[in-house]
Amino acid sequence: MPSDLALSQAARPQQPQADRAAERAERAQLKSRLRRAERMKQLKAFGLIAPLLLFLLITFVVPIADMMLRSVHDTDLSEVWPRTTAAIEQWEDRTQLPPEPVYAAIAQDMKDSRANRTIAQAARRLNYDANGARTFVMGTARRLPDTAESWKSTMIDIDEAWGEIDTFGAIARASGPFTSFYLLNAIDLEKTATGEIVSAPEQEAVYVDIFTRTFVISMTVTLICALLGFPVAYLLANLPPKIANVMMILVLLPFWTSLLVRTAAWVVLLQEQGLVNDALIFTGILDEPVRLIYNRIGVYIAMVHILLPFMILPLYSVMKGIKPVYMKAATSLGAPPTTAFLRVYLPQTIPGLSAGGLLVFIISIGYYITPALVGGAADQMISYFIAFYTSDTVNWGMASALGAVLLVATMILYGVYNRLIGADKMRLG
Amino acid sequence: MAGTQAPLVAFEGVQKTYDGETIVVKDLNLDIEKGEFLTMLGPSGSGKTTSLMMLAGFENPTHGDIRLGGRSLKDTPPHKRDIGMVFQNYALFPHMTVEENVAFPLKVRKASKSEQVDRARKALDMVQLGGLGKRRPGQLSGGQQQRVALARALVFEPQIVLMDEPLGALDKQLREHMQLEIKHIHESLGVTVVYVTHDQSEALTMSDRIAVFNDGIIQQLDSPSGLYESPQNSFVAHFIGENNILNGTVESIDGGECAVRLENGERIIAQAVNVDGPGSRTSLSFRPERVEIEDVEDHHDNALKARVAETIYMGDHVRIRMNVAGNDDFMVKMRFRSNRRPPAAGEEMYVSFAPKDCLALDPVAA
Ligand SMILES: Nc1ncnc2c1ncn2[C@@H]1O[C@H](COP(=O)(O)OP(=O)(O)O)[C@@H](O)[C@H]1O
Ligand SMILES: [Mg+2]
Repeated sequence: MPSDLALSQAARPQQPQADRAAERAERAQLKSRLRRAERMKQLKAFGLIAPLLLFLLITFVVPIADMMLRSVHDTDLSEVWPRTTAAIEQWEDRTQLPPEPVYAAIAQDMKDSRANRTIAQAARRLNYDANGARTFVMGTARRLPDTAESWKSTMIDIDEAWGEIDTFGAIARASGPFTSFYLLNAIDLEKTATGEIVSAPEQEAVYVDIFTRTFVISMTVTLICALLGFPVAYLLANLPPKIANVMMILVLLPFWTSLLVRTAAWVVLLQEQGLVNDALIFTGILDEPVRLIYNRIGVYIAMVHILLPFMILPLYSVMKGIKPVYMKAATSLGAPPTTAFLRVYLPQTIPGLSAGGLLVFIISIGYYITPALVGGAADQMISYFIAFYTSDTVNWGMASALGAVLLVATMILYGVYNRLIGADKMRLG
Repeated sequence: MAGTQAPLVAFEGVQKTYDGETIVVKDLNLDIEKGEFLTMLGPSGSGKTTSLMMLAGFENPTHGDIRLGGRSLKDTPPHKRDIGMVFQNYALFPHMTVEENVAFPLKVRKASKSEQVDRARKALDMVQLGGLGKRRPGQLSGGQQQRVALARALVFEPQIVLMDEPLGALDKQLREHMQLEIKHIHESLGVTVVYVTHDQSEALTMSDRIAVFNDGIIQQLDSPSGLYESPQNSFVAHFIGENNILNGTVESIDGGECAVRLENGERIIAQAVNVDGPGSRTSLSFRPERVEIEDVEDHHDNALKARVAETIYMGDHVRIRMNVAGNDDFMVKMRFRSNRRPPAAGEEMYVSFAPKDCLALDPVAA
């Protein structure tokens, strides 16, 4: 069959090429089909998480971003005194009083804002920074003449605050649109008229103490929770299921009543004629009642009570997974019980301890109601002051700055924790 | 293993109950010689682990005493017994590296740092894991974890090493490999090993002596060949190796042999191992490879009519399932020979055997 042979020989150089092209096309098609299938899958997955993502964005990310922004964004003054905030730029030598145009701008703004009833906003904003500003702004505005030759001397005559450099420093700092005033204030610092950063006067420097107090209380609560929760979790994990289930219900019981009710119950229990004092006196441990409430002890008792389950549950779930055979193995290898516990059992509980610890600590840091109800004046945590600024004085800038500092400090602590223990080692269940 | 010196371990009348109702270990008497490889073999729930745990000190005998080197262990807590242990699922500490795991017994014994490193490395070399010291147990395969557990139990040179089904979680091939490896380590170190398993072939492969447990009692304590060749009761015969059973009644006993009338009326001569007097019931035990197949009835005492039910080709041999004296499951192993055609299903033939290969044992329920 020579013709066949010739045909196949002639076809040979072409056919592989055609084959290869077809193959390539097929492979490309396969790839695009795969991509399409993957895209569908990704779209579906995204569709499933989209509602949650949106929810988180609206309820979590946006408010935090807004809070961060409010802590540096400052337009209270510039909104109502636009001329002033523009003119203050002309004040160059800040060791001297500003020039006449600045005074003129302030006078004009004061008159205008008094007429359209917005002066209170300016007065309030200046009052945050300069004590007594509210009084002298309102007073001066009322007594300003229609015209004056020198606004500078006129105003200084009306109130000598206009003759102090600090007054204009406060105006300059409040001119916005961005300010470091609130953030500096939240860590007990302030800026002078000349732009130096110095520590705030002693009677105003309270926030560092309050932050420290917040972290000390939170850490103490976390530590007490760990010490009390560890044995309970151990029992829960190792008792026969019947008893363990009953105990578990007791552990979870606090979750079934409201936080407010539980805290109020402690007020009743811990007062001087309360159940706890009576019992201590009855058993002869105490001779006379001690103060257990409206001080730090009350705060610790109530907070530990409320937060204990958050320590016990992750610890329990981790301990449940530690088989008793590890302790047996350690013992058979020659470790006395305490060594076996410290070297073999305890390290395996670290994921639970660190998860529980972090949980309790983070929740503690934001505590507000409990210290407010059972603590004294010196036991209030930072949330109390944030609430004070948002609801009592409507000073959003200060409230946001305190919140931002708390957030940053917490994140730094978390970073340190992550370095020491490792967040990847943490296990909630 | 000189029988003259005192045994290393002696269980003396040990009894154990967990709940006060069921006795898990009943009257355990067992001597373990220095340097031997003793296996506790028995079905699940027969009390092997419990016996081992009592020796390790994790359970206390309800009654009786355990002696180690002549001294009672009653008041010795587990960590002072100097007994190494390998657990079924290895029980390697997950938060330590392989090296730290192996050095752990040395560390708690306050050995110097250099000694710890040194001996841990040697132990790891011994189980051929020299390079893996820095890994975590979770990064090792089952077989490797098994070796680490072995190294850790041996590194502090304990008097005895206990192993509770250490190979139970491995696949068949690895298990067989590890059996030999453990056996070789035992031989080269001369350490005493008490090994627990429910796998009879594992026990036969590895042990110097095997204690067969059932129902909390040692049924027989013997060498592997002793157990296989001369089981003392039906349980052992059945548990170790393959076994065919025919029930019958003893007619007469003459020295070591007895005449037995089978249920279908046939009569054979068997070795009287565990029978009461004439008239008592007995179960006859046959090993499948100790039975001959014949086409015609030989002039032999012990030949029984048989009908082939099935022939199973196994490569090196042929298994023939037959009906013999009412037993449908009578297995015969026939070596494959080219000059002999394996019988076909339905064929009538005879099986024959020597009296020594037919053991008359205690009766079992049919
Ligand atoms: N800690 C225990 N508490 C109660 N019963 C147990 C305990 N350990 C084992 N048993 C019972 O004792 C019997 C023997 O168990 P074990 O010694 O583990 O047998 P083996 O190891 O031979 O399988 C079993 O019936 C088991 O249920
Ligand atoms: Mg067992």
